[in-house]
Amino acid sequence: MTLARRIIPCLDVRDGRVVKGTRFRDHVDMGDIVSLATRYAREGADELVFYDITASPEGRAVDLDWVTQVSRAIDIPFCVAGGIRSVDAARAVLHAGADKISVNTPATQRPELVTELADAFGVQCVVVGVDSLRDEDGVWRIRQLTGNPDATRALPVTTLDWVRHVQERGAGEIVLNCMGSDGVRQGYDVQQLAAVRQVCHVPLVASGGAGAPEHFVEVFRDADVDGALAATVFHSGDIEIPALKRRLAEAGVTVRTVPELTA
Amino acid sequence: MSLRVALVDSGGTNIGSVSYALERLGATARLTADRGDILAADRVVLPGVGAAGAAMRRLRELDLVEVLHEVHAPLLGVCLGMQLLFGRSAEDGGVQTLGLVPGSVEPIRADYGVRVPHMGWNALTELVDDPLLAGIGEGERAYFVHSYAAPVGPSTLAATTHGDTFTAVVRSGLRWGAQFHPERSAAVGARLLRNFLTEVDR
Repeated sequence: MTLARRIIPCLDVRDGRVVKGTRFRDHVDMGDIVSLATRYAREGADELVFYDITASPEGRAVDLDWVTQVSRAIDIPFCVAGGIRSVDAARAVLHAGADKISVNTPATQRPELVTELADAFGVQCVVVGVDSLRDEDGVWRIRQLTGNPDATRALPVTTLDWVRHVQERGAGEIVLNCMGSDGVRQGYDVQQLAAVRQVCHVPLVASGGAGAPEHFVEVFRDADVDGALAATVFHSGDIEIPALKRRLAEAGVTVRTVPELTA
Repeated sequence: MSLRVALVDSGGTNIGSVSYALERLGATARLTADRGDILAADRVVLPGVGAAGAAMRRLRELDLVEVLHEVHAPLLGVCLGMQLLFGRSAEDGGVQTLGLVPGSVEPIRADYGVRVPHMGWNALTELVDDPLLAGIGEGERAYFVHSYAAPVGPSTLAATTHGDTFTAVVRSGLRWGAQFHPERSAAVGARLLRNFLTEVDR
């Protein structure tokens, strides 16, 4: 009996609603945050990530009302990402009831932020999101401001060095978003995740590329990640969490199963 | 439910979540650092997220160390709150903690390829028969997030394994502790909290 691998639906939030679409344009309203969060929790999601897509590009603070509503409603952990640039902003989100906060672009702009957050709240609260893409020379490097395609910038630091660095600063978990596979639904970037796994001693969560249950089996088995995050396949209903967990268990992956839902 | 539940204002960031979890069970918890409130309560919950050194400093500043020793009602420490019940924590270079439960807290060893922090849903094993664990079965999973842990000892009611095997639930007299987060552990956590409210002093 050991630690279970985690299945983590990611919900994009804008103006208090769950939306889907490309990160910045053409958003389709997917519904009420609390009812979707409650549904995923009941179906056996191990954790939820809420990505506030309005927050980061414009530098707006996360609107906390929905964080409190989610915290009241669900009994599984959740993480809030987007727009958190300071200890004060993080504190407000955590006190509203989030279990973890995730920083991405602000950490690339001011890496001390990771240290400050870890000192203030403990490493277990501090997730660093990393957007990574393979450059033409074959090296994975990080990107910032990926919420807005027009503003996205490539940075000179390699993904492996960045992952090492943020751990030294106090990251308690890394979410690696492999941009090359994101949205294509052809599977996680197992090669890249396995490489990052070698330098990542804190929990590592795979993001980008999930399209079928087999992709989850592969990423747990071949990249040894601790969690797998996905959005579209869950929101669309293409993959249902109870069936996914049964498939993973059959493949020998340790997962948490929940009792069959009673209507 | 008309129980008076005191939620000790230990400064941790999970105070809201614990309070909401109690609300979902129909209880109302009063967030307090007041001696009178705490000693008058039917149940006392000590939450906590963060580091042992800062948490103990805060309890001392609020004059709560002695108060917690005077509590006669059932007391439940959650996560760091559980770790504070022991006598000593190795965190922050070594911290003297409340000493309400025998034992001490050590760093989780990142041996055997396990990742630290221990983060996620792990199985409760070696369960001891206790009202706090009524209805919770061997192997059921709860949500853990921590980098320090208490070795298994005579007070351990349930264990979990992440590299080493350590204490997941502990009891000494009417003081209980859960290393995992019952407020974030779905049905298992809700059952533990409900047991704490309704079963432990029967």
